[in-house]
Amino acid sequence: MPMPILEVAGLCARYEATPVLRGVDLVVQKGEIVALIGRNGVGKTTMMRCLIGLLAAESGTIAYQGRDVTRLGADGRARLGIGYIPQGREVFPRMTVEENLRVGEMIGRQRGAVDRSRVFTYFPILEERRRQLAGTLSGGQQQILAIGRALVGNPALILLDEPSEGIQPSIVQMICRVLRAIRDDLGTTILFVEQNLDTILTIAERGYVMEKGRIAAEIPRGDISQSNVRKHLLL
Amino acid sequence: MSGDLFSYVYQFADVFAFLVLSAAGLAIIFGMMGIINMAHGEFIMCGVYVTSATYHMGLPLVLAQACGTAAAGLVGVVLEYLVIRPLYARPLDSLLVTLGVSLIATQGTLVILGSTFPGIGTPLGSFDVGVYTFSTYRMVLFAAAIGVLGFVYVLFMRTGFGVQARATMQNAAMARALGVPTSRIYALSFGIGAALAGLCGALYAPTMNLIPTMGAGFIVEAFVTVVVGGASVLLGTAPAAAVLAIIRSGLNAWYGQVIGQIGLLIAVILIVRVLPSGFSGWLARRSAS
Ligand SMILES: Nc1ncnc2c1ncn2[C@@H]1O[C@H](COP(=O)(O)OP(=O)(O)O)[C@@H](O)[C@H]1O
Ligand SMILES: [Mg+2]
Repeated sequence: MPMPILEVAGLCARYEATPVLRGVDLVVQKGEIVALIGRNGVGKTTMMRCLIGLLAAESGTIAYQGRDVTRLGADGRARLGIGYIPQGREVFPRMTVEENLRVGEMIGRQRGAVDRSRVFTYFPILEERRRQLAGTLSGGQQQILAIGRALVGNPALILLDEPSEGIQPSIVQMICRVLRAIRDDLGTTILFVEQNLDTILTIAERGYVMEKGRIAAEIPRGDISQSNVRKHLLL
Repeated sequence: MSGDLFSYVYQFADVFAFLVLSAAGLAIIFGMMGIINMAHGEFIMCGVYVTSATYHMGLPLVLAQACGTAAAGLVGVVLEYLVIRPLYARPLDSLLVTLGVSLIATQGTLVILGSTFPGIGTPLGSFDVGVYTFSTYRMVLFAAAIGVLGFVYVLFMRTGFGVQARATMQNAAMARALGVPTSRIYALSFGIGAALAGLCGALYAPTMNLIPTMGAGFIVEAFVTVVVGGASVLLGTAPAAAVLAIIRSGLNAWYGQVIGQIGLLIAVILIVRVLPSGFSGWLARRSAS
């Protein structure tokens, strides 16, 4: 058994008085594409924020590449090679596309940043729009920029929160194709939160189902099917 | 050029320089970082006093001015670490805390150094145009103001630090998640803002009486320029200072200093009424459409 790239055990986290994560256990192997699914408000985004380090874990552990990063800050985790693409994209609105990418690139240097031109071949629109302010891009373009911005940092693990939310289907399909290609070309591991059935069926190889701050079920390799996933999304 | 015409240009350049140099540091600390820094005038005063003190210890003026600038920058970094850090995104608290810092600095200076401090004579002498005589040093101040605008522009638009700093000010959590060491960026930015305030003091040290309340003579103009400029320091400060300088120097010339001061404030109220997001908001909207 190879060493998992991400191993989460008993993770608990809260917003002030409200406990949200109540003991999450989850394992992701290197090179996998894993979906985290569940209804609105069960704690998926909270989980992602906890994994990148924007929200402190109350208890439990997060191990990345065999190293305990539970107490490490978000910038430290990013420097170790975790890329984060938040729900709602959060591009820097008053900076150009190019400058947004530059922020992502700076941390990648030590690990050999992904060539920006390579990101442009995945997403030619970013090159066309490189001088445009990110805040003036469409939602789909902002999502593409948010992915590109993580990618230029050459992450080994990408955390991706609801990439298809509010985006037209043709762009969602294109994003799915690129995510697959990134994994196939670069070996990047992807853990993504998603509610869109098509996206899950297109790229997920395995899934975890979250309910009330815990993992309620696991969908193993080979069992990602329309009926299985739909059952959990509608649960 | 006739003496009269040059006189207007000179008055404009003088006011423009004063507005830009007073406002540059505050544009970073308030405009970019959102800290309503009531101690801005005391950062400037720190630059004045350290410049004067090191000058009287025997340093050449330029080196003394460098010391004044550096001292204010250091004070800024230390202050950021000790008291400012919890105040980002809490503007009203930042106002109260920095007001406290301002009072402590003013009273502390009075108690420790007394009500006056030896000044420095204005260097470089004067030159004549037509029948008028002008101070050469005032022209140096104008050049310095242009230099400061250029420095701030290059620093924030053309360097890696600048990209990280702007990302941090726009969305600190996201910047951190991309590996930007945001605490260090905040400390450095605040330090640079304080150092620019110190530079303002250092440059004006040879033109002023050194008294512990002298910071108050800068802070109104500094805030006015930043507010009129709007949130984007790089787009806003220069046009704001230029427009305000035209108004102020015109009124000064025709109606005197008091009307100039009052007219400036009335103009600010009108401008902010018409352009609620300042010049930079207006410029940004124009270039977007
Ligand atoms: N910043 C916050 N402060 C307080 N409560 C929050 C905050 N963000 C989310 N919550 C609450 O935490 C729970 C989980 O939210 P979230 O992780 O965003 O769910 P999901 O991404 O699965 O839809 C929800 O009940 C939500 O109301
Ligand atoms: Mg969510």
